Amino acid sequence: MQALKHRWPLFLVLALALVLLPLAVQGLGAGWVRILALAMLYVLLALGLNIVVGYAGLLDLGFVAFYAVGAYMYALMASPHLTETFASLGQSFPQGLHTPIWLVIPLAAGLAAIAGALLGLPVLKLRGDYLAIVTLGFGEIIRVFMNNLEHPVNITNGPRGLDRIDPMSLWGLSLSKPLVIGDFKIASVTLYYWLFLALVVFSVIVCYRLEHSRIGRAWMAIREDELAAKAMGINTRNMKLLAFAMGASFGGVAGAMFAAFQGFVSPESFSLMESIMIVAMVVLGGIGNLPGVILGAVMLAALPEVLRYIAGDIQNLTGGRIDAAILRQLLIALAMISIMLLRPQGLWPSALAKSAHGRAQ
Amino acid sequence: MSLLQISQVSKRFGGLQALEAVSLSISAGQIHGLIGPNGAGKTTLFNLITGLYSADSGQFTLLGKSYRPQSIHEVTLSGIARTFQNIRLFGEMSALDNVRVGRHSRSSAGVLDAIWRTKYFHREEEKLREQAHALLEYVGIGRYALHRANSLSYGDQRRLEIARALATEPRLLALDEPAAGMNASEKNVLRDLIQRIRGDGRTVLLIEHDVKLVAGLCDRITVLDNGRVIAEDVPDQVQRDPRVIEAYLGSSS
Repeated sequence: MQALKHRWPLFLVLALALVLLPLAVQGLGAGWVRILALAMLYVLLALGLNIVVGYAGLLDLGFVAFYAVGAYMYALMASPHLTETFASLGQSFPQGLHTPIWLVIPLAAGLAAIAGALLGLPVLKLRGDYLAIVTLGFGEIIRVFMNNLEHPVNITNGPRGLDRIDPMSLWGLSLSKPLVIGDFKIASVTLYYWLFLALVVFSVIVCYRLEHSRIGRAWMAIREDELAAKAMGINTRNMKLLAFAMGASFGGVAGAMFAAFQGFVSPESFSLMESIMIVAMVVLGGIGNLPGVILGAVMLAALPEVLRYIAGDIQNLTGGRIDAAILRQLLIALAMISIMLLRPQGLWPSALAKSAHGRAQ
Repeated sequence: MSLLQISQVSKRFGGLQALEAVSLSISAGQIHGLIGPNGAGKTTLFNLITGLYSADSGQFTLLGKSYRPQSIHEVTLSGIARTFQNIRLFGEMSALDNVRVGRHSRSSAGVLDAIWRTKYFHREEEKLREQAHALLEYVGIGRYALHRANSLSYGDQRRLEIARALATEPRLLALDEPAAGMNASEKNVLRDLIQRIRGDGRTVLLIEHDVKLVAGLCDRITVLDNGRVIAEDVPDQVQRDPRVIEAYLGSSS
């Protein structure tokens, strides 16, 4: 804590750089800013999963389910789908459903938290591999639900997904249109990037403060030794449910942002591979350590885009057998194996875990 | 005054009668030893007291009130803390954090306090830090406060476990073979520590194999054999009891 207070100039420079980054990149093309914005969403997801996996030590392979819950919640509440499908609802809302962002964020967080606690209840007694298998199943169940909830009542529009989702708007400023100030034009993706960056900063503060509190210490105690944690008077059931719910709420907010950003959601965005990617981000960066988790998320989110530039050559070399998608999975697998062998604590582990004698600064 | 009274407690595991009608009474402010040969039922009794198992029959009375824990964390709340035979620290956390986790049930800052960093949160954290440092000093490992728990030496880990248990403000501190694997000088330090804990008005239940340590420390000793109490008395008497000698050394015939 003291160390952080002395390093505030560094934080100021970092913050300025992060805010100005998209303006610098904007010139190269909106695609690059889009990558940055998506990377921010992945950071948000990784931060949420880090609460469950990193702090409380509960391996969750179905985290994308909460992302889907948030995304579909926003898609249903801010697209014409519901009012077109149900005539009575359409009469009550002749202008259609347009949920404002101030309602969306708490609702997405709350709904995902409830989903998180519901997942938590049946898995309280499970640990390690068994927990991973059940959460993996939960992630798939949510996706299958989204895929099939079009009969007998069409709620999710099945595999076709939901489109025409409202973009986010803040104080009447729609993030879908570029903002023109004098001669300077700020692209729509840049506005989204700033929104996501603000959410990430808020989330980092929440995570940091939870980590360094009675609640965070109780989570870590459960991770280290559940029986001993119970013997310290910790109600491990409530603490685990809290971890599931808190982690899920981050996923829900990220999902709602994703839906607004894309304007379209469909079940295929929420596959098992996404869950695995988020776990990989947390593990690669440094499980339980905030800077590490952020680093891991940014690296893995940027990887496919970097590959786009080198994949072409490799595809030509191998006669088209290895394309960008395969290469991406191959590289992630290689990265994970190397991390496990060479740096099991991740690229940027916490100070206590890193030091040889276990001495924190 | 009796702090914990156990009467007619039995526990059966399948075909094995682990404890049969065991009664014992632990007086407040004393060190009470629980000894017996391997398989006598010491650990079973210990696990019944600390809520890991529930008894088939019998009564527990803690400070005059009926005591029937439903879960392990309730045991801690009602004032019984334990250490483990095979050390179970929170290995990747600092010694200081281990003790602060011990204060969990005696502190109350919630999620919102933590996120908003309320005045209450800061006051409580300050208090927790002071209390945890004081407890580490008390058991003699204050200089390792910021070291990772599993980087401490064996004897220091044992002492950290005791500090962590003391942090829960127990009326009864239950130590499961605290001297196991210790050398002679570490045992002396441990003996001083346990005596100091009693001196500060706490009650200690001590399970131990080392008869010499138990005899030197305890005010009263209960001897278990084959799931029954075969003797309960002051150390001098217990050591002379023919049934105890027989249980430990075998009969002379």
